[in-house]
Amino acid sequence: MDKVMRMSSEKGVVIFTKSSCCLCYAVQILFRDLRVQPTIHEIDNDPDCREIEKALLRLGCSTAVPAVFVGGKLVGSTNEVMSLHLSGSLVPLIKPYQSILY
Amino acid sequence: MNTTSTHFVPPRRFEVYEPLNQIGMWEESFKNNGDMYTPGSIIIPTNEKPDSLSEDTSHGTEGTPHKFDQEASTSRHPDKIQRRLAQNREAARKSRLRKKAYVQQLETSRLKLIHLEQELDRARQQGFYVGNGVDTNALSFSDNMSSGIVAFEMEYGQWVEEQNRQICELRTVLHGQVSDIELRSLVENAMKHYFQLFRMKSAAAKIDVFYVMSGMWKTSAERFFLWIGGFRPSELLKVLLPHFDPLTDQQLLDVCNLRQSCQQAEDALSQGMEKLQHTLAESVAAGKLGEGSYIPQMTCAMERLEALVSFVNQADHLRHETLQQMHRILTTRQAARGLLALGEYFQRLRALSSSWAARQREPT
Repeated sequence: MDKVMRMSSEKGVVIFTKSSCCLCYAVQILFRDLRVQPTIHEIDNDPDCREIEKALLRLGCSTAVPAVFVGGKLVGSTNEVMSLHLSGSLVPLIKPYQSILY
Repeated sequence: MNTTSTHFVPPRRFEVYEPLNQIGMWEESFKNNGDMYTPGSIIIPTNEKPDSLSEDTSHGTEGTPHKFDQEASTSRHPDKIQRRLAQNREAARKSRLRKKAYVQQLETSRLKLIHLEQELDRARQQGFYVGNGVDTNALSFSDNMSSGIVAFEMEYGQWVEEQNRQICELRTVLHGQVSDIELRSLVENAMKHYFQLFRMKSAAAKIDVFYVMSGMWKTSAERFFLWIGGFRPSELLKVLLPHFDPLTDQQLLDVCNLRQSCQQAEDALSQGMEKLQHTLAESVAAGKLGEGSYIPQMTCAMERLEALVSFVNQADHLRHETLQQMHRILTTRQAARGLLALGEYFQRLRALSSSWAARQREPT
């Protein structure tokens, strides 16, 4: 879906969320703790919400939200982000987008 | 003699009886092993892999003994005798170790059973609800517990039994000489055992997420440290760290990084949980309180609660990943020592719960 492709290829860390989703909130907190300012797209306020959800699932995300993209590439949902972080592979991935000061 | 059945049996009772029918087998194999030092009688042990829970109590069946009369060939090959004798000695030693571990476990179980029966009697007399986890959950059968949760509790009882057996085995084996290969399989089994628990919890969470969140199957001291339905991975790493010594510099760095990542992930999940509580409270309190009708609020709140299952699963995923990473970072021997320490840590917490409960009932 074009909209999703466009939004996900924005620079930096992009997260698709829903305002009611608390796991999405948790993932945002994690990135904030890692000194990253992700771009958040709250899809439940978007008229194309259903289409976006389907597109995210088709792209391979285990749950539609939260869907995390880094540098245009799909990282995954909460499971994938947590696994990456614990294995030490998340920080190298987001390094270019980390703030120096906090 | 009790057999495993699908009746409502208080979880602890049948587990301890089950292994008793193993004593006969032990005695038999021990008797035969005792024969091995007489020349001319050769015993070849058979190896059985303990693969599933149902085989747990029969794991010690190594040593279905055969006797061979090999007088003819051994007189021609004296070094074959030596080799066979050495193999037999080794098999006997291993058998003795296993028996020792097994008997130790039986004794602990026996004491525990006595203690539990006393607790139950006292509780029943006093009409108390004693919610000490799986030990006294016979009483909670009376309040609408779904069959899925009852099944979970019974399974958990068996899980703990197997856990205790594995801990005993690790302890025994680490005190002696053990090959890396044997150690590796013990470590793999221990890891798989934890992963099995996470699967059980996931199924239980779908049935009753509050049950899992509150750690109802755990003992009271364990529940004191509860974090989203289980242990807090970063705390555990802190407890276990001294037991891995000596660590290489790289290992130390990796463990510290893991601990930090764990803490960050936990913080994120904790804050997500807080938000969930907040939005749930909002849903419940929405509209005018005091009117007496609140169906729309219930509907909304129920939707919010669905998220709780995801959180429980995420927390267990974190525990799973922490164990995986530790396994990757450590050597087999270090991992074995770590798993032993971890297992005993939980055993101590469970023992603390029992001691505390007993102390509270003493007349002042």
